[in-house]
Amino acid sequence: MALKSKIKELQERREKLLRGGGEQAIEKQKALGKRTARERIMALLDEGSFNEYDLFVEHDARDFDMDKKTLPSDGVIIGTGTIFGAPVAIYAQDFTVAGGSLGLMHSRKITKIMDHALKMKMPLIGINDSGGARIQEGVNSLAGYGEIFFRNTLSSGVIPQISVILGPCAGGAVYSPALTDFVFVVDNISKMFITGPEVIKTVLGEEISMEDLGGARVHSEITGNAHFFSSSEEECFAQIKKLITFIPWHNGQKARTADTAEPDPGFNIDKIVPDDPTLPYDVKDVIKSTVDNSDFFEIMENYARNIVIGFGRIGGRTAGFVANQPLEMAGVLDVDSSDKAARFIRYCDAFNIPIITFVDVPGYLPGIDQEHAGVIRHGAKVLYAYSEATVPKITVILRKAYGGGYIAMASRHLRSDFVFAWPTAEIAVMGPEGAANIIFRKEIMSSDDPDGTRRLKIEEYKKMFANPYVAASRGYVDAVIEPSETRRSLLHSLAVSENKMIQVPEKKHGLPPF
Amino acid sequence: MKEEKELESLNIDSTIYKTRLSGKFKNRKPYSLPDPSRVLSFISGTVLEILVKEGQEVRKGDDLMILEAMKMQNRLKSQQDGLVKKVCVKRGDKVIKGILLLEIEQIHRIPS
Repeated sequence: MALKSKIKELQERREKLLRGGGEQAIEKQKALGKRTARERIMALLDEGSFNEYDLFVEHDARDFDMDKKTLPSDGVIIGTGTIFGAPVAIYAQDFTVAGGSLGLMHSRKITKIMDHALKMKMPLIGINDSGGARIQEGVNSLAGYGEIFFRNTLSSGVIPQISVILGPCAGGAVYSPALTDFVFVVDNISKMFITGPEVIKTVLGEEISMEDLGGARVHSEITGNAHFFSSSEEECFAQIKKLITFIPWHNGQKARTADTAEPDPGFNIDKIVPDDPTLPYDVKDVIKSTVDNSDFFEIMENYARNIVIGFGRIGGRTAGFVANQPLEMAGVLDVDSSDKAARFIRYCDAFNIPIITFVDVPGYLPGIDQEHAGVIRHGAKVLYAYSEATVPKITVILRKAYGGGYIAMASRHLRSDFVFAWPTAEIAVMGPEGAANIIFRKEIMSSDDPDGTRRLKIEEYKKMFANPYVAASRGYVDAVIEPSETRRSLLHSLAVSENKMIQVPEKKHGLPPF
Repeated sequence: MKEEKELESLNIDSTIYKTRLSGKFKNRKPYSLPDPSRVLSFISGTVLEILVKEGQEVRKGDDLMILEAMKMQNRLKSQQDGLVKKVCVKRGDKVIKGILLLEIEQIHRIPS
């Protein structure tokens, strides 16, 4: 009898807490097109897999009448569950409870699940929807953020960390997502900034809306803070679930293999790349014509589109793809594309994902803005990331590979394991036009017909050097292959590099040019 | 989010490529040589005090005005000897970054 009543008490206590911030607050949340924290967790995890912890946690703040306030579960839900069977640790801030503000106990719940994820070696997903620090809790709130950042850093490269921005995430709070591997944003819902529009207006007199300052589009297109953009929470959850299928649970294992099929024959790989190196094409078609099911999962689709990154599978195994995109800015390397590619390469390396690089690069983008924005420092990141990576590295040179761009894009010299080139490849110190202008400068200048001589010399240079065979004769290219042999070459290279092991000099850590 | 953009030309090392140009590239700020006769707000802020008048002679290094920004009082100094040709703001004005505050006309002295 006693047990029965105690169970009833438990049920009542639970039920009360499961209502979060109450009907009114929930209605407000819905009016903004947002789901509640609990609904989000349920939508993301396998049905019935969620196990919640710390439901009964309460704050013990006293100042500013806080002792008179009860905040259900202190405004955050934590627990573990599965996504397509993969274990995940998750927390979701509950905006209906004190605006999801972060107090000491709120932060302790988050750090508890973070510690759990690191210990049990499983991915961590954080759903951010918070007004920021709980000001009434003062320095305790700041301590909470610090403890979270510390754990983000400690876990970095050990377990995958995913941040989902489903509401405001402002001030110091933005630094947890910034320290994690992948940031998901949703149009009109996500807002991320260090200082909001009001402060900017007061201090600087500049007016801007929240959306234009730090909305989902801004972070997907301009800042590069977000990796995945979607137009609804539903779409966002589908993206997260798909990502989970491509990555391992921790850095001590490889990603699970998947049952897959041949690429769609509709992508005719022989017809994609125009012979003229100045004409554009969509390099994603090349990727889709080589990956299983033609299923390419692109990351940072709308940021620095001159380089394409993402996951695909070759024979069921996950691979990370990096490809210059001739359709956008001729596929040049610049500040943003270097930053984008380098970080992804390091991600793949940290999580045992082989890297496949498709090269069609004219070089670096010239410009005062690029130089002043630090293209030297940012460009160096690509060299660092490729050189540092010890996972299998496979390079396919599709067309242009000129100058510094050639070296940077996973060349043999940065210890790529397999370098293939298509017959259309032009591996040269620079494009024929530029090279002819320099090498034959005197002849062109002293000619009666400088333009005619220039054209002649360009053709001459093209014939001799705009091909893959000079590099192949030095062994910088391992094999010149037909485009239609690409998938077969990738399958084979991955199969034979399954047990790749290399020694690197002992060090505490390197100093990548951040 | 997919807008179809037209192909344009981009010159990389003397080769002209047909490609789409990014918004960032098209909207990049053109570089201009620094002009010591134009005193600009280097940060958004409030004009706290103007220390010179139009027509006044100033020497390189003289204080021209105090621009308060981020709770700091910044003294703007003249980059050259000259005459204050124009004061473009008044005390209390809130200015954004890059606004013309003062013009200093260079004077060429005849060496005595």
